[in-house]
Amino acid sequence: MRNWFKSGAPWIWMTGGAVSISLVAVVGLLVLIAWRGLSFFWPSAVYEFELEELNGHRHTVIGELYDSEQVSAERILSSGVKLPDDHEDVITRYLLKTGNREYVDLDFRWIMETQIKSQSAPSEIAVFERSTNGNFYGYVVGLLENGEPVKAQDMRNELFQRMERAIELNDKASELQHGPIGKINYELERLRLKERSYELKGELDDAAKAEFEAQRQAYHDQYLGLEKELFDYRNQASRDAVIVKDMDGREVALPMQKVLDVHFPNDMGFFAKFGRWVHQLYKFVSDDPREANTEGGVFPAIFGTVFMVMLMAVIVTPLGVVAAIYLHEYAKKGPITKMIRIAVINLAGVPSIVYGVFGLGFFVYMVGGSLDQIFYPEALPSPTFGSPGVIWSAITLAILTLPVVIVSTEEGLSRIPSSVRQGSLALGATKAETLWRIIVPMASPAIMTGLILAVARAAGEVAPLMLVGVVKMAPTLPLDGNFPYFHLERKFMHLGFHIYDVGFQSPNVEAARPLVYATAFLLVTVIVGLNMAAIAIRNRLREKFRALDQ
Amino acid sequence: MAEEFSLSLAGSRKRLVKDKLAKYSVTTGAIMVLTALLLIFVYLLYVVQPIFESAHIEKQVTLDLAKADAGHGKTLALGMEEQNEIAYRLTDTGLIEFLSLKGDNAGSVILSEKLAGEVTAFSQTIPSKGMMVYGFDDGSIQIVQPDFMVSYPNDQRLIEPRVLYPMGEAHLQIDESASAIKNLAFEMAEEQAGIAAVMADGRTVFMALTAEENMMTEEITWTQESTVLPDAPAKVDQILLLPNMRNLYLRSGNRLAIYDISDIDDVSLTSVLEINAPGANVTKVRLLTGASSLIVGNDNGAISQWFEVAKDGERRLTKIRDFKAQSSIIDIAPEYYRKGFLTLDQEGYLGIFHTTGDTRLLSEKLSDKPLTALAISPRANALLVEQEGKISLYDLENEHPEVTWSALWQEVWYEGYPEPDYVWQSTSASDEFEPKLSLVPISFGTIKAAFYAMLFAVPIAIAGAIYTAYFMSAPVRSVVKPTVEIMEALPTVILGFLAGLWLAPIVEENLPGIVMLIIGLPVGVLIAAFIWHNLPKSLKQATPEGAHSLILIPVVILIGYLSFQFSSPVEYWLFDGDARKFLTNELGVSFDQRNSLVVGIAMGFAVIPTIYSIAEDAVFSVPKHLTNGSLALGATNWQTLVRVVILTASPGIFSAVMMGLGRAVGETMIVLMATGNTPLMDWSVFQGMRTLAANIAVEMPESEVGSSHYRVLFLAAFVLFIFTFCFNTLAEFVRQRLREKYSSL
Repeated sequence: MRNWFKSGAPWIWMTGGAVSISLVAVVGLLVLIAWRGLSFFWPSAVYEFELEELNGHRHTVIGELYDSEQVSAERILSSGVKLPDDHEDVITRYLLKTGNREYVDLDFRWIMETQIKSQSAPSEIAVFERSTNGNFYGYVVGLLENGEPVKAQDMRNELFQRMERAIELNDKASELQHGPIGKINYELERLRLKERSYELKGELDDAAKAEFEAQRQAYHDQYLGLEKELFDYRNQASRDAVIVKDMDGREVALPMQKVLDVHFPNDMGFFAKFGRWVHQLYKFVSDDPREANTEGGVFPAIFGTVFMVMLMAVIVTPLGVVAAIYLHEYAKKGPITKMIRIAVINLAGVPSIVYGVFGLGFFVYMVGGSLDQIFYPEALPSPTFGSPGVIWSAITLAILTLPVVIVSTEEGLSRIPSSVRQGSLALGATKAETLWRIIVPMASPAIMTGLILAVARAAGEVAPLMLVGVVKMAPTLPLDGNFPYFHLERKFMHLGFHIYDVGFQSPNVEAARPLVYATAFLLVTVIVGLNMAAIAIRNRLREKFRALDQ
Repeated sequence: MAEEFSLSLAGSRKRLVKDKLAKYSVTTGAIMVLTALLLIFVYLLYVVQPIFESAHIEKQVTLDLAKADAGHGKTLALGMEEQNEIAYRLTDTGLIEFLSLKGDNAGSVILSEKLAGEVTAFSQTIPSKGMMVYGFDDGSIQIVQPDFMVSYPNDQRLIEPRVLYPMGEAHLQIDESASAIKNLAFEMAEEQAGIAAVMADGRTVFMALTAEENMMTEEITWTQESTVLPDAPAKVDQILLLPNMRNLYLRSGNRLAIYDISDIDDVSLTSVLEINAPGANVTKVRLLTGASSLIVGNDNGAISQWFEVAKDGERRLTKIRDFKAQSSIIDIAPEYYRKGFLTLDQEGYLGIFHTTGDTRLLSEKLSDKPLTALAISPRANALLVEQEGKISLYDLENEHPEVTWSALWQEVWYEGYPEPDYVWQSTSASDEFEPKLSLVPISFGTIKAAFYAMLFAVPIAIAGAIYTAYFMSAPVRSVVKPTVEIMEALPTVILGFLAGLWLAPIVEENLPGIVMLIIGLPVGVLIAAFIWHNLPKSLKQATPEGAHSLILIPVVILIGYLSFQFSSPVEYWLFDGDARKFLTNELGVSFDQRNSLVVGIAMGFAVIPTIYSIAEDAVFSVPKHLTNGSLALGATNWQTLVRVVILTASPGIFSAVMMGLGRAVGETMIVLMATGNTPLMDWSVFQGMRTLAANIAVEMPESEVGSSHYRVLFLAAFVLFIFTFCFNTLAEFVRQRLREKYSSL
């Protein structure tokens, strides 16, 4: 034993153990996120529990099993909850999602093993996804049309048909609202700003005033027409209702207009569940968030992230490549260049929040404020570019990721054998031609790697964005059908910030938690994917030049 | 030959021009990019720099009061309105006079009102209330308030002065004795007011007024009650009344008598104390804004700040700190909204001080002739000084008096605190709030978070790096290394979210399990190693070298599983089923759910790949002939590793740790989400902290641009910047040196 210790073998094992811990942690983390994020969309069974309180009072609870934990009886008793006398030391308790938010105090509740008398999963239980107040669980009893009961052979089929109709009408209404009506509002605001700018220039005479008034009137008339159409759709949509019996035996009429989806999870086979899982996943990435971001999808956040990152890529690539070419090809090799190089590398290690502070002070307040004074005096005192927005986020992150691109490009340049350069020069090409025709194309995979790494870093960065442009809920996307189409001054939503906001600032963290896992999974997938791509490109590049060297 | 050469040049002139053009444009572009990076440093400094500037004054205009009628009397109080366009003075003849400060007609009287009666006493409230009180020879008083109405006819600002009488235009009789008032004080709160007066017959009377609003007419009627103060000194030099109507101070020479007046029916003298500086006499006492502090001026130029400090269950007026002016103090003017004040002294010096900053911002001789009165504008950007029938207006530049080196980095005795302390509390709902901008608690939090993260990360990362670089076979290494490095790319917001919402509850529920895990992992690995050691040789030889870590993966998972499985039973066995309660009740350790342990683990994970990657490179690039030499001379693998490889790679490992530290210090999202963000100064592993970076993220969006708070947050960013930049430069420098050394070996 002593010899074994003396040989140092245990210590080697210990170092090996460190690697295992790291590996278990990384893989475990990824698996945890993936599992939690993806299982959320799987239609879970809805149970009906018969509960009995200590005083003999019985009642029914319907809900999804969310979580379970083992708690010592001691702790339960000390929190003031009574237990039957013959309780065990450790008690299992279940977290149940009971939905029906407007009829019960809490849509999540803990129930103890000791309370449960019976448990079943009746196939008739329906789960309604609604546009407000979250899910509703219960038994479908009947349908109403204009308050009158509907007779139907196949109640479920009828329910699905009427739901489809309501959804279609709702879609039309929302299309109208965001399309033409949104455009009118936008034009009216532009008109107001134009009028104000005339006023500032002192050109607002009576003729101009009348002109503006006429235009405003025209928009207003147009609006009235559209409004009528909108109300029409809404009226039609509010025709039907479905009667549902909830866990307390109460029959509740749910207006069909609010129902987004309905399914019978206990009546589904594996393939039906899988189909629904895919459908839910699709809705998650394509829908707008609802109810303070705690339900619905994350489409605006995905769009915002991608838009901002693309904008950043457009800014950072030329700047980073030019700086790298200068440092590697033109700058004199000496202590100053070396110092600059070290400084650039170190900037990559400066905390991102510092860039955020810089972006807020310099870009938003100083540059943006000046732009407002020069180009948008009519909108003052409300800022146009002088408040956080997607353009400032992109520029701030471009500066943040500049070192990544510079370092990666320089590395690519230094990997190109000098024989290639000398060959080109010997054949009579100028330095610029050598660079443009030979060096840059050869270094392009390295530039690509740098860009991908920059994009991956930018997509995951949240701290600076909190200062320079991200919001929890952006009413409009930075890209829409209104002139000038790109609205770079607008605030935007971001996946990373969405995680922070929903996980930590939302009123109902319990309900939102699976959504946060799903968002996190989405973000991790994108970033790990990008990084893998960068690594693969880098490795291929190395192979290529190794072949060239020989 | 030469001719040919020049010909070929001529043919390619265009190309040469292009070449030059490319060179210059790349150079300018690159220099612009590099300058932009430098700009971060410069801009942060540019924003931070004003907080360290001292105050500045510049004379604007001098108004000649001799031009006005000579019978106006001696100035009792001076003041001006917010825009510094109109000044007012109140004189001992009962005259209230408004003077223009702007343009050509500076010095002209805009409005003047004269009060009836023979003025015998005068006093003013705290500046933000802006009221004055006159006492007359018939035992009556009158309260006046200079007021300004701002309107915008034709988009031009127009300020019109007027005199308000908050308690009515009629004089208010203190009592029936009708003896003259020699000295008085007045204060007004929401619905109550208090008047203290020294009468000619030697009595000191306190009168409390309570407002009652008539619901119908909205007219306010005041009911009054009065009492004579017991044991009042014979000669009273100054009366000070606190606006909260709890205490009354009577100054008689150097002695200050403190009365408890919270109950009008039971007014009592609580204590008497000497407030003069050693060997000097008190000349003037004023209340600082917020009315918690007394500023005492002495005839040797010493100024001291006093406030009540709770000690041994008793509140006692205590001397807090001293300031020094040139000579005997003749007037003290507190600022309206900040804890600063101005002084005038006998030799004509103006002094500007700030209590929180513990600093004299300015001491400037204004005149050889004696100065008589002083006033500061509500926005603290101008001041008025009177001397010999002249009033001078000075512009005052004093934006950030509260931020000084000592206020940021040393213990400060804040108002209402029992002792000097490091506190970060930047905002509050109240106007009279004393901002507490000590960077020490949040810097401490930063170091604490980084310390726990490093404690967790350094052993794992370095041990892992050594193993990967030295023992692992190439194919395994090519899988393991990128896998660990992928973690570096993981957004920290995800780590923070997992730490806050997933890990923190787990740690809270399974505290014994976590402890068992920390002890169990190394022990379990050793046991596994020993078992392996005793396995038959044939099996050992069948496994490739450097597979230890793969063999250990199930061991690690098993230990983790067992630790959590046995957490609950162990908790039941050792701590009666509740480890948290045990910690709090038996050990007196308070427990936050989001604590340093959680941050340490989560941030440790964020830092591991940084350290691992660089350290692994350093170990891997140790030249092979060194290790081969050592092994050939008979050293074991472990001896070679410790005596040769690690020693050679130690600068690289050091630089890896530096890089990791830089990352841990600047990390924002993990700390923001995994701690309670309370600026505590406590090393306890079960308590949270607030770091510089998280503090910026939380407070920056709400901070007013250009305010002291805003600039201090920039300073915090600057500190972070410099800190990480220095660490990284050191690390990078060491790394480059090492690389050169290797290439020479």
